[in-house]
Amino acid sequence: MTDTEAAATREVEFDGHKLNFGPQHPSAHGVLRLILQLDGEVVERADPHIGLLHRGTEKLIEYKSYIQATPYFDRLDYTSPMSQEHAFALAVEKLLGIEAPERAKWIRTLFSEITRVLNHLLNVTTYALDVGAITPALWGFEEREKLMEFYEAASGARFHANYFRPGGVAKDLPAGLEARIAEWAETFPQFIDDLEQLLTENRIWKQRTVDIGVIDAETALAWGFSGPPLRASGVPWDLRRAQPYEMYERLDFKVPVGRNGDSYDRYLVRVWEIRESVNIIRQCLAQMKPGPVKVQDRKFTPPPRAEMKQSMEALIHHFKLYTEGFHVPAGATYTVVETPKGEFGVYLVADGSNRPYRCKIRATGFAHLQALNLLTKRHMLADCCAIIGSLDVVFGEIDR
Amino acid sequence: MAETPRLQTPDASPLLLERVASLPGVIRSAMEKDEVVVLATREHLMALMTVLHDDPRFAFAQCMDICGVDWPERAERFDVVYNLLSVALNQRLRVIVTTDERHPVPSVWTVWPAATWWERETWDLFGIAFDGQPDLRRILTDYGFDGHPLRKDFPLTGYVEVRYDEERQQVVHEPVRLTQDFRNFDFLSPWEAMTTLPGDEKARTNRAAEGAP
Repeated sequence: MTDTEAAATREVEFDGHKLNFGPQHPSAHGVLRLILQLDGEVVERADPHIGLLHRGTEKLIEYKSYIQATPYFDRLDYTSPMSQEHAFALAVEKLLGIEAPERAKWIRTLFSEITRVLNHLLNVTTYALDVGAITPALWGFEEREKLMEFYEAASGARFHANYFRPGGVAKDLPAGLEARIAEWAETFPQFIDDLEQLLTENRIWKQRTVDIGVIDAETALAWGFSGPPLRASGVPWDLRRAQPYEMYERLDFKVPVGRNGDSYDRYLVRVWEIRESVNIIRQCLAQMKPGPVKVQDRKFTPPPRAEMKQSMEALIHHFKLYTEGFHVPAGATYTVVETPKGEFGVYLVADGSNRPYRCKIRATGFAHLQALNLLTKRHMLADCCAIIGSLDVVFGEIDR
Repeated sequence: MAETPRLQTPDASPLLLERVASLPGVIRSAMEKDEVVVLATREHLMALMTVLHDDPRFAFAQCMDICGVDWPERAERFDVVYNLLSVALNQRLRVIVTTDERHPVPSVWTVWPAATWWERETWDLFGIAFDGQPDLRRILTDYGFDGHPLRKDFPLTGYVEVRYDEERQQVVHEPVRLTQDFRNFDFLSPWEAMTTLPGDEKARTNRAAEGAP
């Protein structure tokens, strides 16, 4: 037998099997079902099955008035609720042609950054949990609780805030909250240092994340990446900087950019973003001035309670706003914000009635998860968890 | 740590609008709410998208979103909307093509691999087929789901409900039975914006007739 013939008839032992990962797996960050084609312990192909948390949000919004639609955005990515309301509020404002007053913009910027810290704290710490470090999660959740108290003080709810509304925010910050946030912003950087001490130079952490799930800048762009995963690949793209909205133009902050595009860089970018967010929060607090927190047009925002006791007009406005809502002139917009996870967009089509005609939600994690097959190729099974953790996926958002 | 340059979008938009107007397959281009919107033909979609991706004047390296919009009263009832982003030139573009249930839209997954899941989603929710897409499976709805839920003629409550049957020890699918009728309130009122009251159309025609001579 010649060599070529031997090569052609060579028997190959192939230890291939399919593994069903999830949908109830603790490190799947929700209800991700992965069909993994394995060669031994090496992943050949990963096929994510999503939609197990599909609640038909986009369909439901078509049957609700604009005010009733806002709470649905809290329930998408439940780790960064206010950022998503923000996209919707901005989209509606754009179609209505109204602009929130200055204090409302400061409050929104402030709470967008608090949300960023909330989200990154959850992601970084549970990501560490996925690869075996328990302590960061225990510490991080305590810190998150402090931030959630700010949420509660401002909106009345720890998670599902419904605080950013078209035309401003629901109500002004209660007395003393700004001072409490300022106090927190002084002590919190110490916690980030402590957190970094646990992870950044940790030998096991680095072994699990360095050079795992590498994606270069060009590929990341082609796969629709945004936010920290894109910046970790070396693309200095941040919507807060590139296409500024609200008060970001008047703020001084840095955009951390990674170099290697691996899971470790995605972690580093997030940790640096937490530091920058605290910096932004301080600046917001310093520059905020008292003033109205919503558009003073009663066709879009409700009148104050006290006024309703006196004025018939105010009572009518209140009643009409909470039954019929406002009418949005026909038109369409694709409005984006930089949520903690990346570009979150709302493609809103209005037909002139009091309900959105179509509200497409551009979920950030949807694009990131799609690249999972690419990222996990030829990685060990255990690295799957590290990669999923580093992408920061939340299924409320992806499945909608 | 790197500083990104501070760029402004609105400045770039009129130039972009001028440039896209002459591209193949562009029927209409306009500025809507500071956003550049292009209506294109299905036949030339691939050529158009390839130019938008490759040409350094456009450099749309990212396809951020693809979605459908249903307008049942139109002859071609669906819009397929592509939201493109150029990181290099800091500009956005919205490309819209129309189609119906029978005519597939060319798939752009060869231009942007990210398009695959967006196209799967559009297929799943609207039943718009994409020609050349090798992986046109459903993505968001349940296994074995029937119908395309985001079409306007699909009821909000759906057709089938799912529950676990204790006797049969399995999940069963049954036709939806609502214990209370679905309540769709008609909130439209003469408060603002509405000019014609239901049942009062005659007054309007009379007014028009009076004003006409």
